[in-house]
This record gives sequence, C-alpha cells and structure tokens, in this order.
Amino acid sequence: MPSDEMWINMGPQHPFNHGLWNLRVKLKGETITQAEPIIGYLHRGWEKMVENRTYSQIVPLADRLCYGSSLSWNHLYCLTAEKLFGIEAPERAKYIRVAVLELQRITSHLTWLMAVGTDLGSYTIMTWSIRERELFLDLLCKLSGARMTYNYCRIGGVRNDFPENYERDVNRTLDEFERRLRDLESLMDENEPFLMRTVGIGKMDGKTAMNLGLTGPIMRASGVDMDLRRLDPYEVYEDMKFEICTHTDGDVYARYRVRMDEMRESMKIVRQAMAEAPSGPIRVKAPRCPPKGNAVCHVEDPRGESLMYMVSDGTERPYRLKVRSPNFVNLSASPPMLLGFKISDVPAIMGVMDMCIGETDR
Amino acid sequence: MSQVIVYDSPDRSVEDVTNDIRSKFPSVEVLKVAPRRMHLRAPREVFLDLCKFMKDDLSFEHNSCVTPVDYMDHFTVVYHISSWTNHIMAEVQVDLPRDDPTVDSITPLWGGANWHEREAYDLMGVVFKGHPDLRRIMLPEEFRFHPLRKDFTVGRRV
Repeated sequence: MPSDEMWINMGPQHPFNHGLWNLRVKLKGETITQAEPIIGYLHRGWEKMVENRTYSQIVPLADRLCYGSSLSWNHLYCLTAEKLFGIEAPERAKYIRVAVLELQRITSHLTWLMAVGTDLGSYTIMTWSIRERELFLDLLCKLSGARMTYNYCRIGGVRNDFPENYERDVNRTLDEFERRLRDLESLMDENEPFLMRTVGIGKMDGKTAMNLGLTGPIMRASGVDMDLRRLDPYEVYEDMKFEICTHTDGDVYARYRVRMDEMRESMKIVRQAMAEAPSGPIRVKAPRCPPKGNAVCHVEDPRGESLMYMVSDGTERPYRLKVRSPNFVNLSASPPMLLGFKISDVPAIMGVMDMCIGETDR
Repeated sequence: MSQVIVYDSPDRSVEDVTNDIRSKFPSVEVLKVAPRRMHLRAPREVFLDLCKFMKDDLSFEHNSCVTPVDYMDHFTVVYHISSWTNHIMAEVQVDLPRDDPTVDSITPLWGGANWHEREAYDLMGVVFKGHPDLRRIMLPEEFRFHPLRKDFTVGRRV
C-alpha cells in the first residue's frame, strides 16, 4: 500500500454517526477511494427474541426498533399482524392512524434536521428544530401518554380515541409550525456555508439508486417518484390529497429539500385525516392465535420502505418475523455516494441519511 | 436537469405479468394472485433465470427483502421483489434442503440484495452462490453458530 493511502475508522464513537456504527474509509490524501460501513454493534437479536413472545407482547417491542419514528414501526407490526389474523381495523381507526403517522413523520424529520444542523455546524438549527419537535411530542404525549415510545396501535385498531379538543390543538400547532418551518428553511437555505457543503455533494442518479435498493426521501431526491403511500396504498392514503416531493439533482441538498417539503405535505394529510375521520368504533377484537400462514406488509416509513414478513404456525407466538429496515439498505448503498469526495464531506453525506441503528441492527 | 421518473398508473396488470411467467417457466408454481400481489414458488434450479426474466422483461426494479425461514426439515428463502412500473410486489419462495442450503445470489441483478443475503448467511447459514462478498454482517467473524435457526437454543428465554 503506498504511504499516502490509509484506512480511517470513523466510529463506532464519532460525533457524526448517530448511533453505534463504524464507517471505514480509505483515503488518498483527503479523497475517499473506498468506503465500507460496518454494523452489528447494536444487534440485539430482535427477530429471535420475538419468536418467544405472544403477538400482543410484541407491540411495545416494535416501538423499540427506532425511537425516532416508533409509531411507524408499531403501526407496521399491527398492520402485518392484522393481515395474518385476517381482520381489518375499523374505518375511524384508519383515519386516526394516518393522522398520527404523519405527525410522527414530521417529528422524525425534525429529529433528522436537528442532527444535520449539528453535523454541519449550525447549532441554531438544532435548538430550533428540537423546540419545534417538542410541539408535536406534546401532541403525541396527549394522545398516548408517552413522549417517544407510544405503544399506540393495537392489532385491530388503536388504543384510544382522540382526547378532548384534540383536533383544535393539532390545527393550532400546525398553524404555528407552518410559520416556524419557513424560519427553519431560511436558516438553512440562506446559509452560504451550508449550501457550499451540500450542493453537488454525494450525487447518485435514479437508476443506480433503484438498483441499490434505496427508498424513501433519498430515492425521491434522485428523481424517482416512488412513494408507497401512492404505489401501494395502505390504510386510507388512497383518499388523501397530497403531492409526492421529488427533486432531480440527487445530491445532499436535494435530499434536504425533499424532507423539508415532505413536512408540508404531511401537515396537509394530518388536516385532511382529522377533518374527514368518520365516527365509529376504533378497535375490533383480535383472536389470540392466527391461522397458519404468512403475511407481508410494506409501508412508507419516514426513512423509506419498511417491510415485515410474518410466518405463523397456528400458535400464539410468531414462527418467524422478519423486519426490513430502510436504513439497513440505504447504508449498504452509501459507498458509491462517498467515492471521490473529501473526508470532510462524510458528515454531510451520511448525516442526511437519518441514521437510526436501532432499526438497522435490530 | 434530468426528468423525474414517474410511476402514476400501472403499465400492465398482475394477471398479465403472471401469465408471462407461467408460459416461460412451467416449473414455477403460482400460489396466489391478488391485486398488486403475486406469490410464486420456484425450484432453485430455475430461480436465477426467473429473476433475470423478471428484471429484464417484466420491469421488476427493486428487491425489497430476502427472508430465510427455517422449517426444521427444509429452509425456505422468501424474496420480495417489487415492480414500481406495474405496481406489483412479487413474493418468490425457494425451498432448499436442510443439509445443503445453497441458492444462487441475486446481488449481481439487484445490488440492494447484498446486505440482505449477508444477513441471511450470518443468522441462518444460507449460502448464496455468486455473492461478491459473503461475510458475516451482524455477528463477529469467529462466531460459530447461525442463531436464527430453530435448533439453536440458548437454554433460556431470550
């Protein structure tokens, strides 16, 4: 190996990798010539563990896959289990789920914005977005009683209906947040150093991204109009009117833009779902044991396509439960984005991925 | 500035796509066809050819997941492959004998399968022929077991 080339371990403890993982990069001078993400530091054996739990015991465990967007995992588990049991949530529960999922998406994106802010040296964006996120955490706390791991969805519906005056509170929060989102955007978009560190960095075109299995905002930033809420609608997304945010540049700045735009669209969906929710029951009773068989479900997580595949042998515990985490695949596709860029671009490229190791390692 | 690739309405129906597979691969069993879903079972000898056909001619662009399941007497590897163009998610099951869990790797076709296959090898011990870099991913290299197999017990509730 020539003396000017070297391998550097960025992690498992490094300010830019949120969570425990390691990025090994090979440098020639300051340019990255090879990169290899290493995971497994947080592998808890989730898939083995749930084979020893009953179906209802897994609901709170599904929360723990990712503390940043626990509700979307919780919901995905319940949706897959409902398919396996052959039941369907009542209409009102579906609307409630859609509204709450979109609140969760905004919260998750704000957590990501906080992380990107610190990675790229803007501490104001961190404090501001964390403050805005608290508005939504308050809403979710009022709904479910917890700030982060909500344990809200149930197999066959949701745990409780909206509390008193909830629609009013949500609309007030959204009105306020709409104004503050403009502030957040101007803080980033008019920030010259931020633009210098993001525009044209970490480029990936749509065809490559598709082959490498990328999904979610990163894929949409590469100019692919792919969103499971449209392509394979679940719950009541078919009836919701919203745009799918795309960008054609495929660089870090495009990925940032897509997520910011998505927060606006999520607000639209929350308002619609709250206004259109019919009255009625919110939960049906699920049997204890599902019939023999298997079920698969995939939904649009804030980070991309998350999928669960469940096999039942007719007992009260799942025979096999496989989780496809969007971050797991997005991370595996990251080396081609890094090649040819400088080591100082790594926090920008990887930070914008919204890493969550809880769901990556399981 | 390039164009956005849009998938607004499906190009072909799921029945149409299934009939193509039926006529090209008579040994592939069609388990179930539902709206936007297609369930197949393929023998492992034709599996790679089936995947090539699905990718090149039926525009299945995306590999979602690779799931090995241990049924004690055999392994089943379940592939979820999506076509955004036709709005279909296909589920392809491949049965493998327990004493020789070997199947062709689809990583050369869909790069997204890379880490899924590594994980399947790591935790379940399924070997993927033709994978560019089949190493353990979650567990350390020197680990001697495949812990997601049903005969791996730690002696207590985990």
